[in-house]
Amino acid sequence: MNHMPEILLGAVTLGLLWAVMTIGVYITYRILNIADLTVEGSITMGAAIAASLISKGINPYLATLLALLGGMAAGLVTGLLHTKLRIPPLLSGILTMIALYSVNLRIMGRANISLLRVDTVYTVFMNLGLNRTSAVLVLGLICVISLICILYWFFGTEIGCAVRATGNNPQMARAQGINTKSMIILGLIISNGLVALSGALISQSQSFADVQMGIGSIVIGLASVIIGEVLFSRTSFYSILISLALGAITYRIIIALVLKMGMPANDLKLFTAITVAVALSLPMFRAYLSPVKRSIREDE
Amino acid sequence: MLIVNGLTKIFNIGTVNENIALRDVSFSLNEGDFVTLIGGNGSGKSTLLNCIAGVYPVESGSIIIDGVDVTKLNEHKRAAMLGRVFQDPMLGTASNMGIEENLALALRRGQRRTLRWGISNKERELYRKLLKKLDLGLEDRLGTKVGLLSGGQRQALTLVMATLKKPRLLLLDEHTSALDPKTAQMVLDISDQFIRESRITTLMVTHNMRDAIKYGNRLIMMHNGRIILDIRDEDKQKLTIEDLLKRFGKASGEEFNNDTALLS
Ligand SMILES: Nc1ncnc2c1ncn2[C@@H]1O[C@H](COP(=O)(O)OP(=O)(O)OP(=O)(O)O)[C@@H](O)[C@H]1O
Ligand SMILES: [Mg+2]
Repeated sequence: MNHMPEILLGAVTLGLLWAVMTIGVYITYRILNIADLTVEGSITMGAAIAASLISKGINPYLATLLALLGGMAAGLVTGLLHTKLRIPPLLSGILTMIALYSVNLRIMGRANISLLRVDTVYTVFMNLGLNRTSAVLVLGLICVISLICILYWFFGTEIGCAVRATGNNPQMARAQGINTKSMIILGLIISNGLVALSGALISQSQSFADVQMGIGSIVIGLASVIIGEVLFSRTSFYSILISLALGAITYRIIIALVLKMGMPANDLKLFTAITVAVALSLPMFRAYLSPVKRSIREDE
Repeated sequence: MLIVNGLTKIFNIGTVNENIALRDVSFSLNEGDFVTLIGGNGSGKSTLLNCIAGVYPVESGSIIIDGVDVTKLNEHKRAAMLGRVFQDPMLGTASNMGIEENLALALRRGQRRTLRWGISNKERELYRKLLKKLDLGLEDRLGTKVGLLSGGQRQALTLVMATLKKPRLLLLDEHTSALDPKTAQMVLDISDQFIRESRITTLMVTHNMRDAIKYGNRLIMMHNGRIILDIRDEDKQKLTIEDLLKRFGKASGEEFNNDTALLS
């Protein structure tokens, strides 16, 4: 147990990087009301772009920015498939995700890239005297806090409100003159941009990118969203955004603990899927357990 | 101000479920007309309103609002000219957003949406003033999520939203039929007050013959996708339910056998 503090710190650090992805998933899953599977491809795409550019000697900050743009392009493709070609959103996401697998292999040129001996976005902070974990922690915190501020601002603007209305009630949104197709595309672009950014940050912190790393990431994102919503406050938009970050961190802590308790790493995805299934069905169980709520539900 | 010319709408065209909902419908509205639209189930009332609003494309005919041919215009572009209230109270508002946020969305109908803040303090004053007129206590609950309001409160709010930026044409599709009688009357009275105060050109669908006769200056009746009666001004003022039934029988060659319409 003497490694506990280190394990926890590692989990918090990794959780911060995944929080960026979690916030992206929240934008599609909760704000747009779309389960977008593109993220499985765009998180890898972020890692692939960042790793291949950095290993070719490009500035890591520029590489990370380009990773973000790559993810946005992936979101755009899904958005166009859905709105212009009228393919259902779930299927549009799957199509982009599958296509991205090949695209990512092309970007990387091979199945994985090591970043062990090159400068990453974290090197600047390590040069200031921080160790690796603290460097990731500091940059992760900077990213998450600025992201929360930017998104709080954006979803309060006229365009941001239009995106929220589109996800909440598209018919009403159109009646108020909102171009719902554009708003869906915009939401998917922002979401997948953030997911790719997260992938870029994760690959640099673990010093490698792997073409398989996105598999199951949507479930991790959803688990983090739901943990955040269930465990932490969700009264104002600020607190929701913060609870998403806390959800991602909590998820990582849970995973670290079950691994520490001896669960084989190969069972992780099964464990996560079960956690999400249970969490998603919680509202139903609650309705059964509480007679008052149950009668309200039946009135609906 | 509204000219509908030879409008035909066919659902599921070319399939076994082909269904002609509108057959060569033509009529025009003058500025300030308040029309009640009545007709049996499936006669095409909602379809007519939805075609005017651009929810569905039409097979033939044209729709002209203020001299602009909008037949091919997207729904969200037409929205600049239209105020709409739906039958289902859930449809007109965004339930996860606050009362003031919904109103702010409506205030920007027809405007370019920018990265300016979505709502200003000056607007809040306006919203309080308008909501006070409803006398439902909503003026003190600007931040409340609309999902927490009752059906009647939501319909009243939707009505305020539809008229917040004076529309060229107000489309009300049985907007009181999902409410209990008392609330329905309240929402209807508010509608009538808004429409007359601002002289808004209005098409109001109702199933209730008495309401159709009581409100507005003009009554249009539809049957099987056609307009079969168009009764105006003095003619309409003198109209009784018996008259209306007789004229329906003559125009359609059928008995009017709509229970909901007769009972009310
Ligand atoms: N989206 C749709 N797809 C297919 N058919 C439709 C659709 N909407 C309406 N119809 C059909 O068009 C016809 C006219 O329906 P509409 O809803 O306009 O009637 P209505 O006069 O509003 O009736 P009600 O009083 O019941 O609301 C009906 O036969 C209906 O089944
Ligand atoms: Mg109808």
